[in-house]
Amino acid sequence: MELGKIRRGFFYSLNLSGEFTVVKNNELDRVVNHQLSPDEPLYSDLRSRQFIYELNDKAPIQLLALKVRTKLSRLANFTNLHIFVVTLRCDHSCPYCQVSRQSEDKAAFDMTKEMADKGLDLVFRSPSPALKIEFQGGEPLLNFELVKYIVLEAEKRNESLGRDLAFVIATTLSLLTDEVLDFCKAHNIYLSSSLDGVEELHNTNRPRAGKNSYQKFIEGLDKARLSLGFNSVSALMTTTEQSLPQVKSVIDEYLRLGFNGIFLRPLSPYGFAIKTKKYRAYNTERWLDFYKEGLAYIIELNKSGIRFTEQYTSLILTKMLTSNDPGFVDLMNPSGAGIAAIVINYDGGVYASDESRMLAEMGDESFRLGHIEHNTYEEIMLSDKLLDALEDSFTLSVPMCSDCAFEPYCGAEPVYHHAVYGDTVARKPESEFCKRNMAIFKHLIELMRSDAETKQIFLGWANRC
Amino acid sequence: MLKLGGRVVEIKSQEVNNNELFSVSTKEDLPKVLRASRAFLVSDADVPEGFKHYLILESVAHLINALPVNSEYTVLPQDYSYIADEDVIRISKDKSSIRVLYRASSPNNGILISEQCNHYCLMCSQPPKAIDDSWLLAEAAQLIKLIPQYTREIIFTGGEPTLYGGKFLDILRLAKSYLPNTSVHILSNGRSFKSDAFTKSYSLIDHPDMMVGIPIYSDDPAQHDYIVQAKEAFDEAILGILNLKKYEQKVEVRVVLHKQSIGRLRQLCEFIGRNLLFVDHVALMGLEMTGFTRANLDELWIDPYDYKDTLSDAVKILAGYGMNVSVYNHQLCLVNDDIAPYYKKSISDWKNEYVEECDGCKRLSECGGFFSSGVQNGYSKKLTAFK
Ligand code: SF4
Ligand code: SF4
Repeated sequence: MELGKIRRGFFYSLNLSGEFTVVKNNELDRVVNHQLSPDEPLYSDLRSRQFIYELNDKAPIQLLALKVRTKLSRLANFTNLHIFVVTLRCDHSCPYCQVSRQSEDKAAFDMTKEMADKGLDLVFRSPSPALKIEFQGGEPLLNFELVKYIVLEAEKRNESLGRDLAFVIATTLSLLTDEVLDFCKAHNIYLSSSLDGVEELHNTNRPRAGKNSYQKFIEGLDKARLSLGFNSVSALMTTTEQSLPQVKSVIDEYLRLGFNGIFLRPLSPYGFAIKTKKYRAYNTERWLDFYKEGLAYIIELNKSGIRFTEQYTSLILTKMLTSNDPGFVDLMNPSGAGIAAIVINYDGGVYASDESRMLAEMGDESFRLGHIEHNTYEEIMLSDKLLDALEDSFTLSVPMCSDCAFEPYCGAEPVYHHAVYGDTVARKPESEFCKRNMAIFKHLIELMRSDAETKQIFLGWANRC
Repeated sequence: MLKLGGRVVEIKSQEVNNNELFSVSTKEDLPKVLRASRAFLVSDADVPEGFKHYLILESVAHLINALPVNSEYTVLPQDYSYIADEDVIRISKDKSSIRVLYRASSPNNGILISEQCNHYCLMCSQPPKAIDDSWLLAEAAQLIKLIPQYTREIIFTGGEPTLYGGKFLDILRLAKSYLPNTSVHILSNGRSFKSDAFTKSYSLIDHPDMMVGIPIYSDDPAQHDYIVQAKEAFDEAILGILNLKKYEQKVEVRVVLHKQSIGRLRQLCEFIGRNLLFVDHVALMGLEMTGFTRANLDELWIDPYDYKDTLSDAVKILAGYGMNVSVYNHQLCLVNDDIAPYYKKSISDWKNEYVEECDGCKRLSECGGFFSSGVQNGYSKKLTAFK
């Protein structure tokens, strides 16, 4: 049993399977000193969640083991998501963007067919029965020929291999043409896009020649939904300083456009976000207020019968309320870097995560695992860079995390901690990642404890991941 | 309510020292070779020859005179007028009573395997008897061979059917062989399946459509054990479920709702969602007012009206976890509207009855009504007909 103190006199209690309960100070003493009487409801609650068991009980150990196995079962499949950065070139110039280039120089910033072939070799070495290939940039549609080549080649190779193959293009939608859509439709390709909020906010956040990125997005969204199906296009938002006072209008914008959820994302400390000081524009407390205000609004929407989720919350709730692990890279232990996702950069560099290649753009190659043309699969996957990062950051052995009640919900995040604090572990009391997540965990538990309807709504979210 | 068994008016039959099972026929032109093992249900003076036995309802008792000479026959009280073609009956060895063991028109026929049990549930509808009743097992084997292949489902009940161990598995093998298209549902307390060896042999029967229904009454082991009046019952039932799933067998969790199980019903549903997400079905069932329930009424009875919000929450939790859940044995006017998608009209067709409060109710045809035991022994005072 792991304990985390909340307010004076209360403790959060969790076990390895993520089951939780909240106990009072004096109750905890009695639990620990074996003074709890079997007639007390708390005794039943704790026994039902396998915090305590009686001498002859055999089922609790089996159930606990099964739940922990289930949570970790994903690891056996190893890498699912493979990101191909087909070009760094982009038609946008977002100030918080980590990597993109305004350039016509294809030779310098585009991936070649030869590299793509090698990249596919790597993809199909993964033992995972499901493989997802995501195209990123820059703006991947600026190198659409290569996207097509990779899709067709992957499908050809997969004919004899029979994996469950899926494709996603991360795009601003501004360059969608009928040709692109026809191809996406024929090959079941999903589109993942970005929307930061209402027109003014979106255009400020995402400048583009013509100052029309919002309008381009809307046009693209309509076209893509019509052609590929309503749910084949998703959107991600990034919280900038300008977003902070208007969380409701951001959510309303998603609602208005028919999305069934939103991912309230803080800025990441990579690339231009750091260079341009955007990352420091607000602190974690301010972002938490933004998040909590947004979440409260979304819960109200649900209470009035509108199905709409906050996706980061859903991921955490899946860990809190079910025995499944959603496999979200930021919230994985061991870290999802390299094992949940891997990145093949435009220049053939292989990175442990999307963030890792952004670090590299800033001159930090700590998570560059190798090169697609010069290193074997084994050299890449067994590289010290990856294994050390995974092992060092393993939360069950990291100071503070290993004693933290919320460890089952949290993640290792070595890349983030390295980027901001210079080492993969960092001191968690100083970590903004720790601060943000711990606050969210507590907030969600308090919301569920104080309102049965919210708990019911959350249960629905937890099981949709 | 249909009367399934009891004394007959008159039997004329040779002395045999056994119960006899007959498949009933109403077909006058049944091929002769098939008649030798069947009982013919007489409806008019035109009685075909060659049947092993003849059944005559009391109202047409005069037709005895129309029977072929030296026929064996039974005169049945009018209660049995529902007996139809391809039903199976038992005539007791003392030649005084009959029992209807299978009804071709019923969607759920139960086959009693044993009256012995290692539970002693507060609300048991079939109170256990600690006697050797292996004759029931033998009868089940006979019965299976007489049941028509088009039968949709048979339910093996007890007592605890698995107490006969390997012999019960033989019955299941027989069912698979003689009734390959019939689903098999087994009502078991699940404890036998804590044995890996037993569960493995069970799984090796490899029946295409067989499910074990196992009761779990509380997330608190002590409360479950109290309700079933047996120590370690919860622990063993859970181990049983895990074993069954290890061998990829279908499992249903059954929860009877009463005063002792309602208190932690929400917690139980969370427990199921968290620990037993892989079970195939969860059945939430109203209390049947028979057997021990009547003796323990004070400890068990709670008006369904008073727990309707708890029931709604329970269903929402299970459905929230994406589980397949059904509500049985409840009256429509005593559940909230949100139960509708999970509401099942009845557990057993011959048990449905209604009471005077139901007169003129617009939804009577959708409503599961009552067990006849409920009509006799008490039901909610809060019924309100839909007008
Ligand atoms: S990062 Fe912080 S919240 Fe997460 S497990 Fe470690 S100490 Fe706990
Ligand atoms: S009044 Fe009777 S028939 Fe109508 S819903 Fe209630 S119990 Fe059912």
